[in-house]
Amino acid sequence: MAAKARTRPKAVVESTGGEPADTLRDYYERMSLVRAFELRSSEMYARAKIGGYCHLNLGEEATVVGLMAAIEARDYLFTGYRDHGYALLRGLAPERVMAELFGKVTGVSGGRGGSMHLFDEETRLFGGYGIVGGQIPPATGAALALKFQEAAGPDAAAVMCLLGDGTTNIGAFHESLNLAGLWKLPIVYVIVNNGLGMGTTVEKASAEPDLYKRGASYRMPGIRVDGDDVLAVRDAARDALKQARESRQPVLLEVMCYRLRGHSVVDPARYRSSEDTTIAQQSDPVPSFRAELIASGVLSEADAAAIDDAADARVSEAVVFADGSPEPDVADLFKYVYATPVANAPAALPGEPVMDAL
Amino acid sequence: MTETVNTSRTITYRQALNETLRAELERDEKVFLVGEEIGVFEGSYKITAGLLEDFGPERVLDAPIAEEGFVGAALGAAMLGMRPVVEIMTINFSLIAIDQIVNHAAKMRSMFAGQVSIPLVIRMPGGGGQQLAATHSQNLEVWYAHIPGLKVVAPSTPADAKALLTAAIRDDDPVIFLENLSLYSAKGEVPDGEQVAEIGKAAVVKTGTDLTIVSYSRGTTTALEVAHQLEGEGLSIEVVDLRSLRPLDRDTICASVRKTGHAVVFEDDWLSYGIGAEISATIGEGAFDFLDAPVRRVAAAEVPLPYAKALEKAALPSAADLARVVREVLNISSNDK
Amino acid sequence: MPDVIMPRLSDTMEEGELSRWMKQVGDEIHKGDVLAEIETDKATMDLEAFDNGILEQLLVSAGALVPIGAPVARIGDGSNIVEESAAPAAPAASAAPAATTVPVADAAAEPTAAVSAPATPAVVAPASATPAAPASTGELRTSPLARKIGREHGIDLHTIAGTGPQGRITRTDVDAAIVAQEAAASASAPAAPAAAPAAAPAPAAGSTDSVSVPVSRIRAVTARRLTESQAVPHFFLTSVVNVERLVAFRADVNKSLETLGSKVSLNDLFVRASAVALRAHPEVNASWGDGVILRHQHVNVGVAVATDDGLLVPVVADADQKSLAAIATETRALAGLARTGGLSLAQMSGGTFTISNLGMFGIDSFTAVLNPPEAGILAIGAASDVPAVRDGVLVSVPMVKITLTVDHRVLDGAVAAAFLRDLTTLLEEPLRIVL
Repeated sequence: MAAKARTRPKAVVESTGGEPADTLRDYYERMSLVRAFELRSSEMYARAKIGGYCHLNLGEEATVVGLMAAIEARDYLFTGYRDHGYALLRGLAPERVMAELFGKVTGVSGGRGGSMHLFDEETRLFGGYGIVGGQIPPATGAALALKFQEAAGPDAAAVMCLLGDGTTNIGAFHESLNLAGLWKLPIVYVIVNNGLGMGTTVEKASAEPDLYKRGASYRMPGIRVDGDDVLAVRDAARDALKQARESRQPVLLEVMCYRLRGHSVVDPARYRSSEDTTIAQQSDPVPSFRAELIASGVLSEADAAAIDDAADARVSEAVVFADGSPEPDVADLFKYVYATPVANAPAALPGEPVMDAL
Repeated sequence: MTETVNTSRTITYRQALNETLRAELERDEKVFLVGEEIGVFEGSYKITAGLLEDFGPERVLDAPIAEEGFVGAALGAAMLGMRPVVEIMTINFSLIAIDQIVNHAAKMRSMFAGQVSIPLVIRMPGGGGQQLAATHSQNLEVWYAHIPGLKVVAPSTPADAKALLTAAIRDDDPVIFLENLSLYSAKGEVPDGEQVAEIGKAAVVKTGTDLTIVSYSRGTTTALEVAHQLEGEGLSIEVVDLRSLRPLDRDTICASVRKTGHAVVFEDDWLSYGIGAEISATIGEGAFDFLDAPVRRVAAAEVPLPYAKALEKAALPSAADLARVVREVLNISSNDK
Repeated sequence: MPDVIMPRLSDTMEEGELSRWMKQVGDEIHKGDVLAEIETDKATMDLEAFDNGILEQLLVSAGALVPIGAPVARIGDGSNIVEESAAPAAPAASAAPAATTVPVADAAAEPTAAVSAPATPAVVAPASATPAAPASTGELRTSPLARKIGREHGIDLHTIAGTGPQGRITRTDVDAAIVAQEAAASASAPAAPAAAPAAAPAPAAGSTDSVSVPVSRIRAVTARRLTESQAVPHFFLTSVVNVERLVAFRADVNKSLETLGSKVSLNDLFVRASAVALRAHPEVNASWGDGVILRHQHVNVGVAVATDDGLLVPVVADADQKSLAAIATETRALAGLARTGGLSLAQMSGGTFTISNLGMFGIDSFTAVLNPPEAGILAIGAASDVPAVRDGVLVSVPMVKITLTVDHRVLDGAVAAAFLRDLTTLLEEPLRIVL
């Protein structure tokens, strides 16, 4: 029953190398933080501190770090529901992200969104979205707004819209790319292709499994990059964003990576072949980047261990914070339903009479 | 003379659905299944477990994430006489396909003067309460119950899941088959052999004389729980399980209320314009002279459902809410929590 | 200017029927003008204006039943005259009982029911599970089911106190009223329902050989009060009174009063005798007051009077302080008012003891039902000649059987017996009555 192991498509952009040691060390610290956070999220889900759906970035750390290294503070980020790592590296305190997963009032979305719906207006993280493809049209619209609001140029803002491989089959993807191509919008659509839409392989879901080619229908450049290569991802994304912000040329960037575990924390992924699982584990970017940095002398074993410990400690602080934070007040249940106060807005709890029987 | 032995087994709602799909796939080669993750993944909620293996990828079709596309494609196949059974992962995602369901499946037979029928079943679970947050926790059944041309059924027990799904698959019209996340593991007695329910009929699942609770799907199980609890307090509660939201069995509802004089609707959807609004209006027309108190509705708070447990719990209608309102309608004070 | 509201006109009133408008829209109104007649649960009362101005609008039609406090008309400066009442007219059903009230067959059918105001303000109003409806709406608050059952059983919902939320009349309340009605019906078994005119509008509930007769408000209140009184633990004491001297005394008195054009009835003598006995037995001139016994300062004797609409009990206040002639004159006047619906609330309030006399109907003896909250009621039968041996000679002696019904919560047998013995002695030695 299990899907056939995928052969890894060859990346067309390779890492350039020659990076300063501090940058590499910084990237490793970030990857380590995402890894520690996701492992702890899995644990906290098992401990029933986290509820609902919970999708992890495990195995995608190099992609997360690379993309977030490329995006500028002025840019807008839209993502799907596998969003924890992006929020962390967008600069949100782990405390606030973990508190959101715990459903606490101190969470980034006040405990109302949970794992799939992280949002931070200040850092222009414009949302994780739970509905497959739901983020693509709004991200396109954000790019449209930027076109209204400012001139193209090196200092202009752009939009990065993340989506999964399975999402490229939904109508909203095609409609949005067509609009962006037609209207020349400053947006980069990033397909984080981890090879599996839930349990369905790209080959079984997409008639054109080379997803970056799908941009061709909309005269949009399509680029594929190795998602396990943090520098390659960063550079490809920077280049794409440059085209978007300076030339108003939308770009489709496909980042190839692996999902280390199931679709969500509750998916044992029994449909995966042992071969596929083995490849995923061998490609795990965190230990391989770590080994690379040690081998090249950027880090000592002790440095790397210290970084890992620090990441773990940072996440522990986040858990303590989240655990100690208060639940949202039921009295605030209706607080955010409408921006403009409106007459007769419903505010009855279940079973409360809607009318006095005068 | 052959002897008929009536046997039954206690199985889960999930198992009842799985066995029924299997039986119908075996019975009629025009039946096929299509949906996201129903094959290799065996269904997001494991309703289709084992079916790909036994019936093959031609009759158990894994679809990409493309609800509008595969729902519309199933509809097209139905136009040529196939009997597709579509699984939409949750009712929330059906909104992406709603144009095909509302503007096409529901319209074709009438619009084309009966020249074509749409023997299509769309299965999908609704329901909140699992901290799935606002977009994944909705009860949108009233959207479909509102549409002429559709039939909408909502079984509350494994036995009804079997009998109504069988009826839906054999029905020549588009049937929205509403499941509920919290019912999948519920167990119940299910008769063996072929069971075909009559769509459009409600059932009195518990008789009583003091008050009628009208509900459906998951709500019926809560209603029964509350009815039995109140029985211990000397209250005789009747429970009407709608089973079919469209068409609506108004006679059964009104007959019950004419007997009890009191009615409470327990619904998972939002209150305004919800299922309970239709039930209340029906009772107003059909049992007005028999009402001893206003009809009350216990429904969800009208807010996009928050993720946080405390908020979610407050927003969703509970057994305690229902019991409280029943007592209020019967003008009984209570020491209850 | 404030609306004219339905006033509270009696202690047990919850709503009143606006039976007749006495002023028209556009009329100039002065304080104290009678705007309308109101029929309460007790009597027909005047609705007086509290403001000067022009009657601008009638908010309810004649026949409407209106809760206390609800607006019935609007008086203003005349700038907002509304000719046609757009306001909720009385529901047809509400108007019906007043318009089609069927006379109760015969006073003889009424042993002794009594409708009178309770003796003192200390009396507690009929208990209700929930507070009565706030008097802010003009509508009767009732469930559709209660209305339906009420229709089917000929129950006037306006006579029922609702115990549902916000005072809503529900099935429970109507069911209780039906039980009360049946109890009252069986208490007045001799009544001949066949005497009911065919005009009765309410359909018979079930069987075709009975006719539903809508009841008057007096009848309905009587039914309720009598039903309440059945819950009171009570006992009866009967005494046989030799009225030979009483009859002779009455003849003497009437002869002396002849020139004054007044007359004393045997009943007047009973009232006076009872009052004197009550003065001597203050423990009997009492009532049960929710945990305490209320002994009343005044001796106010009610006299049951049969009227076309039901029993009324006008009260002779301070009967122990009044002369026989005064009692006779007052009782006659009160009875006349009772029969014409002209009794005021005051004339029916404050009774401490009641006398019911069916002697004129030839009834030998009977027991009367207590008139709550009074502790006693005296039932008086007809005088009949009884053979007696006096000085070795067989003679005929006129005897009257009087029966005292006693609230056992207030009085025990010995105390009540002492009162009845003294009363008997008074009646047999009538000069003591006027001493």
